Amino acid sequence: MIDTLFPTGWAHYLAGGLLIGTGVSLLYLALGAIGGMSTVFSSTWSWLLRGPWWQQARFVESRQWRLWLAWGPSAGLHTQVPVWRLGLGGLLVGFGARLSNGCTSGHGICGLASLQAPALAAVLTFMATGILTAHLVARLAGGLA
Amino acid sequence: MNARQILVTVASGLLFGLGLAVSTMLSPEVVLSFLEFRDAGLLLVMGGAMGLALLAYQWGPRRLRQPWLGGAFDRRQARLDRDTLLGAALFGVGWGLSGVCPGPAIASLGAGNIEGWPALLGIVVGAWLQGVWAARRAR
Repeated sequence: MIDTLFPTGWAHYLAGGLLIGTGVSLLYLALGAIGGMSTVFSSTWSWLLRGPWWQQARFVESRQWRLWLAWGPSAGLHTQVPVWRLGLGGLLVGFGARLSNGCTSGHGICGLASLQAPALAAVLTFMATGILTAHLVARLAGGLA
Repeated sequence: MNARQILVTVASGLLFGLGLAVSTMLSPEVVLSFLEFRDAGLLLVMGGAMGLALLAYQWGPRRLRQPWLGGAFDRRQARLDRDTLLGAALFGVGWGLSGVCPGPAIASLGAGNIEGWPALLGIVVGAWLQGVWAARRAR
C-alpha cells in the first residue's frame, strides 16, 4: 500500500513539507507576514510600471520582503520537460495564479492554514484541472515518465 | 525593513527552498507524477507544510501581542468569486502542462539552471498580462 502510494518513499516528502512549514511559520511569527510565492511576480513589477493598478498598496508595501523571501528558493531546478510545455504552462501559471490571487503555496499552504473556504475551493479547482491536463497530455504525448 | 527583519525573511525563504529541494518538488517530473496518479508524495508535502503553518497562524495572534520583530499580524485576503476560481482553473492547466508552480520556478534563477527559465519567463509574462488585463478592466 505504502509502496503503491509512494514508490520513491515518503519520508523526504514529509520532511520537505515540514521545512516549508517552518519557513512559513517563522515568517509569520517574526514579521506577521503571510508568504505565498506568487505575489512577488506582481509586486516586483511595481518597481518598473507606474500605472495605478501596479502601484496598489498591497504590492508596494510588500514588494521588499517578498523579494528577499524569493531569494531563498533560488537553488536550481533541473528538468527534461519540453520547453513548449514549460513556457506555455508557465504563462498560464503566472496569469492564473495572479488572477486567483494564490498558487500552491498561497492558497494551498497559507490559505488552508488560514482556514479560508475560498482557498479550499481554489485548491480543489486547480487540483482538478491540473490532474485533467496532466493525464490528457500524458496520453497525447505518451508521457514523460 | 531593518537588517534583522531582512535576515529572518531570507532565512524563511531558505527554509522554504530547502523544503522544496528535500521534497524533490523542484523537479517538474515529480509534480507531474503526482498529477498523473503515479506518486501521492505532493499531498504529504502540502499537508506537512500546511499543518505547521496552521499551528503558527492560529497560535501567533492568540498568544503574542505582536510579531517577534514588531509590526502586526497580517490576515490573508481571499474572496470566493469568479476571478479566484477562473484563475485557479487556469493555474491548474498550466501546472498540469509544465509541472512548475511559482516557488520552484523562482528556484530556477539559481546559477546555471537554464532548464527552468522558460517556465520562469512564462510566469513573469503571465503575471504582467494579468495586471494589464486587470488594469484595463478597472477603468
